[in-house]
Amino acid sequence: MNPLRAFWRRFRNNRAAVGGLVALAAVVALAIAGPMLYPVDPFDMVGQPSVPPGGEQVLGTDVAGRDVLAGLIHGGRVSLLIGFMASLAATLVGLVLGAVAGYYGGRIDDLIMRTTEFFLTIPSFVLAVVLVAIFSPTILNITVAIAVVSWPSVARLARAEFLAHRDREYVQGCRAIGMPDREIILLQILPNALPPVIVVSSLMVATAILTESGLSFLGLGDPNQVSWGYMIGVARSVLRTAWWMAAIPGAMIVVTVLAINLVGEGLNDALNPRLKQR
Amino acid sequence: MRGGTVRFVLRRLAQLVPVVLAIAALNFVLAKLAPGDAADILAGQMGHATLEFTEQLRREFGLDLPILEQFLAYMGRTARLDLGISLIQQQPVVELIADRLPATLLLMVTALVLAIATGVALGVAAARRQGTWVDNLISVSALLVYATPAFWLGLMLIVFFSIRLDLLPSGGMMQIGVAQTAIGKVLDVARHLILPAATLGLFYAAVYARLMRASMLEVYGLDFITTARAKGLSEGTIAWTHALRNALLPVVTLAGMQVGHLLGGSVLIETVFGWPGLGRLVFDALVQRDLNLLLGILFVSSVVVVLVNLAVDLVYGLLDPRITHK
Repeated sequence: MNPLRAFWRRFRNNRAAVGGLVALAAVVALAIAGPMLYPVDPFDMVGQPSVPPGGEQVLGTDVAGRDVLAGLIHGGRVSLLIGFMASLAATLVGLVLGAVAGYYGGRIDDLIMRTTEFFLTIPSFVLAVVLVAIFSPTILNITVAIAVVSWPSVARLARAEFLAHRDREYVQGCRAIGMPDREIILLQILPNALPPVIVVSSLMVATAILTESGLSFLGLGDPNQVSWGYMIGVARSVLRTAWWMAAIPGAMIVVTVLAINLVGEGLNDALNPRLKQR
Repeated sequence: MRGGTVRFVLRRLAQLVPVVLAIAALNFVLAKLAPGDAADILAGQMGHATLEFTEQLRREFGLDLPILEQFLAYMGRTARLDLGISLIQQQPVVELIADRLPATLLLMVTALVLAIATGVALGVAAARRQGTWVDNLISVSALLVYATPAFWLGLMLIVFFSIRLDLLPSGGMMQIGVAQTAIGKVLDVARHLILPAATLGLFYAAVYARLMRASMLEVYGLDFITTARAKGLSEGTIAWTHALRNALLPVVTLAGMQVGHLLGGSVLIETVFGWPGLGRLVFDALVQRDLNLLLGILFVSSVVVVLVNLAVDLVYGLLDPRITHK
């Protein structure tokens, strides 16, 4: 059978994962197509402040009379963009370092793993806060800061995978026929090491979105972009009178993160079928 | 055995030295990466600083020296626990942090104890009733909590328990002038602690419940459990005395690994609840753009994590006597 179809069949078996995929697709569609379907500027004052949902603005207005639905749509773009890009960057860095450490071993392995452990020790959210505070909060800087605190777990996993494969017979065979290390790493071991890494980095998207929302809640979001965490931060001052204003963007975060986690578990079942049979 | 343990502790303490040095070095690099140095900031605060004055400040601070000399001077100061002066609050950074650290530790420890107790109880309950509605309910709730930003959960708990029900205080650590006696004060702090600790702990409770369930199921498959069942021991005895101790190890490992994460979470939770700890200090430092203070907090919190990891290593030996400190 076509491997892609086999993968899909295994993924489909996990009903929660399919639900997560549908929800995630809906959030992504909202973020991409939303501004066209609902062309309201999230920074425009469109009505009275703190209007509850159900009126002229479907989800109401915030403390400055800005449209909450428009904020959700534009905030989704920021959260998803930062979540996916930070996770991608962290995965690439972690894969390269983990591959080198696991494949070559010795001194370079020691150096890389000590560095990885060091980064795992430092409180990652505090480090992300410091990085964003030093380099001004732009989308790029926030993405880089989240990637900087996220790569170590990928590096550790990738190292373990490469370490497990480097002395297998097929790798020894490749060495015997004089294949260069670069080709062995990229073309022979990487495809085998990738499935668990894909699972971890898909779950990392969820963590990155949570981190981003925490940063923007603290006021470390890009000032030119609305984000879900920023909306919750703004709504905090009117928690007593307008609790829904904080509740709505938070619920959006929960749905998105939950969807990504479910998809990640589905990927795990589909990519690492042997693990499933516990 | 005893001598071995002492030697183990000493060796682990010696291993801390390079890590702490690395943390200090990272802090130095971060301070150098920041745009504008202390002289710029001070000059800016005075408002009417000339270029000459800024240069003079730079000489006073030693910021005109070669970078290596600055680095060595910085490391020397850090070794004496001199983390500089908070540029805004005009107080030594170490004093500011020492003031706030106990509140953060109280919050973290309470949250962690709550999380482990709840997580372990739920994980064991789910594993013993594998596949029933109890198991499903626990697993689904854990998944949901796992996806919830803790700071938002905190706000929602404030809405429910403080605003709607008016049961618990929405913020702060104590109410001024309410408690006269020592016991009254403790009770007052405890009342203020419930919501932030529950908020911070719930996420980890979910994590530990999932891990504990998987870990218990694995232990249930081992031979000594079958033996215990064959002996006719009750399921309760098997779960709580035989399986639990073995299944607990991964949870302890994870809890130790997550101390840094917990500290990061408490930054957000303290901001939500106005809890006067390190996290609140991070928020204040951010608002006032007090980089020196921010870096000091990063340094101290990293060192705290390193020390807690050491403590976890020692607890590990107590839980599982098979692990010897070589």
